[in-house]
Amino acid sequence: MNLEFTAEENAFRDEVRAFISDNYPAQLADFGMREDMSPEDMVAWHKVLGEKGWSVPAWPSEYGGTDWTPTQRYIWSEENARINAFMPLPFGVSMVGPVIYTFGNDEQKAEHLPGIRSGDVWWCQGYSEPGAGSDLASLKTTAVRDGDHYVINGQKTWTTLAQYADWGFFLCRTDPDAPKPQQGISFILVDMKTPGVEVRPIKLIDGGYEVNETWLTDVRVPVENLVGEENKGWTYAKFLLAHERSGIAGVARSKRGVEKLREIAGAEMLHGEPLINDFDFARKVSQLEIDLAALEITELRTLAGEQQGKGPGPESSILKIKGTEIQQRLTELTLEAVGPYGAPQYASISGEGSNEYPIGPEHAHHAASTYFNMRKTSIYGGSNEIQRNIITKMILGL
Amino acid sequence: MDFNFTEEQAMVRDGLSRLVREQYDWETRRSVVDSESGWRPEVWAQLAELGILGMPFSEADGGFGGGAVDAMVVMEEFGQGLVVEPFVPTVVCAGGFLKHSGTQAQKEEHIGGIVDGSRIFAFAYAEPQGRYDLADLTTTAKKDGEGYVLNGHKAVVVGAPWATHLVLTARTSGEQRDRDGISVFIIDKNAAGVVCRDYPTVDGRRASEVYFENVAMSSDALIGEEGAALPVIERVVDEAIAAQCAEACGAMKVAHKMTVEYSRQRKQFGVPIGSFQVLQHRMVDMFTECEQSVSMSYLATLKLDASETERKRAVSAAKVRVGQAAQFVGQEAIQIHGGMGMTDELAIGSYFKRLTIFDSEFGNVDHHMKRHIGLNGS
Repeated sequence: MNLEFTAEENAFRDEVRAFISDNYPAQLADFGMREDMSPEDMVAWHKVLGEKGWSVPAWPSEYGGTDWTPTQRYIWSEENARINAFMPLPFGVSMVGPVIYTFGNDEQKAEHLPGIRSGDVWWCQGYSEPGAGSDLASLKTTAVRDGDHYVINGQKTWTTLAQYADWGFFLCRTDPDAPKPQQGISFILVDMKTPGVEVRPIKLIDGGYEVNETWLTDVRVPVENLVGEENKGWTYAKFLLAHERSGIAGVARSKRGVEKLREIAGAEMLHGEPLINDFDFARKVSQLEIDLAALEITELRTLAGEQQGKGPGPESSILKIKGTEIQQRLTELTLEAVGPYGAPQYASISGEGSNEYPIGPEHAHHAASTYFNMRKTSIYGGSNEIQRNIITKMILGL
Repeated sequence: MDFNFTEEQAMVRDGLSRLVREQYDWETRRSVVDSESGWRPEVWAQLAELGILGMPFSEADGGFGGGAVDAMVVMEEFGQGLVVEPFVPTVVCAGGFLKHSGTQAQKEEHIGGIVDGSRIFAFAYAEPQGRYDLADLTTTAKKDGEGYVLNGHKAVVVGAPWATHLVLTARTSGEQRDRDGISVFIIDKNAAGVVCRDYPTVDGRRASEVYFENVAMSSDALIGEEGAALPVIERVVDEAIAAQCAEACGAMKVAHKMTVEYSRQRKQFGVPIGSFQVLQHRMVDMFTECEQSVSMSYLATLKLDASETERKRAVSAAKVRVGQAAQFVGQEAIQIHGGMGMTDELAIGSYFKRLTIFDSEFGNVDHHMKRHIGLNGS
């Protein structure tokens, strides 16, 4: 057991660092996730990585993965987080992609995997419904077989960035009479341009529009778009959620976030001294770093387990819980650091006269909106209450 | 010991509660907050009519002889409706300076207008470098003949876009963070050289960056003694904190109530989510935080006229405790509402945002914890 990188791993780090510095799109420099980002911006790095063959490192090599070791993948995320890179969106790369190469047929693999790798096809996730959130298995959207088609009717919600999506993967009820609700669900791919699909953006408390209601009215989808077996969709859905969770910890991004927080607290003044010199504040930043270190090693242990063939198990719920708590704490401390300048609603302020009469330092401009937005992390991807239920059941056996 | 409200206070509360209920439903508030001006002068006029704006002033000064407890009653009702109108800057802050250190002439000049609603104030005290340090001032008022010339930049001046007048702090002598050398002035917002950059705040109010560029002030703009204003500034800020603690209590009570109600309505796994013990206990914790906050709001309010040390200790204790509670209650309210809590469609998000920004006004938890520690043993 050791935590040192080998010479090869250090060489790998140099290689990816050089590649990122030479190829990361200049217009996205230190961008993070921001409300003023265009859909083109969101896929720009993905497309560069697609050409390089690095857009889906975790996939098996036969489908375009890089065959990197978990350590190399860790180095890869660290190097990207170092510049706060906007990474490929997860809906294709980490969600539907693995479902398709694991459970899909050859035609589906040939049709969909290349577009996911290249970033040319934008995917969205049709899971939650207004009445089926934490209790996902109670979903009501139906897919009824009609000759060579399924006819889909229902309403999905929280479909992230569906307003830009080309394709969506939807959980639909195909057997309303199944003895358990989990047993009558199928996993179906839907071309978002199909007549009857309607996407309505939802305004969130931070003022942004990143999620949608998606209405499906008599949407006719070829039966070829069923992934795996009919009524086995719940198995694929759970497989996907476990994959989603293991990527959700966001360790590398949070590490960069802590650095950024230190910079901000170095620039903010308290009685004429940088705020970071204040013991009370410094203590909170260190506490966060300590929690993050624990999470990082826990994630590495999980990755190492995956390498030995153990898929992401219920312990990935720990990564989700701690990862999101840390992300939220980071935004809390950032908002605290900027003091009174957390209050202005920068998004609705015009730039007019901004040089002569500025409003607050640049680093304050996203503090409140990010804090508000990140409350979602303990709700989405299976709320943190649900994650605790999973651990209760699967690990504690209660 | 008596924790009851007087008959008059109960009447004020009921009248105000009706006004908030009838005219401050969340949909109306939202459309007002999103409107060009962001507030309703007609609501302000009604508050004047109800006597709310004149309540804390003595009858001799043209008010109705109320006190801090009355302001607390008002603010808790305002918190329940997330009222945006500038009661604290106008009545508590400007009113406070006039009461504590205004001359008879200054009281006559300003209090009548506050009481009848025609004179609206914003309190310009914070500066970009100053964080929560009331003495960290770079705004200067230099003696110029009989009067003064004012230069500087005030940060996040809440209510300034609606104000007719500003009450402001400036340095008349001494170094940037000296306790001595600070003075308070009242000026007309339209005075030459006052530049305001207005903006909405994330919690539905309006504020401005206020720049002073060689603003000429006459000698009667000075409120209180030149260079010796810090103690009275601290006192007025403590009064504002007590008022805002009451506001936060009102907002927390509603956030808690909405959350309990949502947990009754929202069904998952075939039952209301309020039947899950893990959520029940968290809603109990929210309730406990609300009650502890109400107690601290009383404590702060009842100690406002105590000795300086006693007052500061009580107010800082309240700001710490209510600040912590506001964060906890706001976050839990969103979490228990789930995805719906994240949307702009429900009122709960607005309560959460107001409860968030509460901490960054007049000194956050850390600031007041330090002040409390500094007063130990004194």
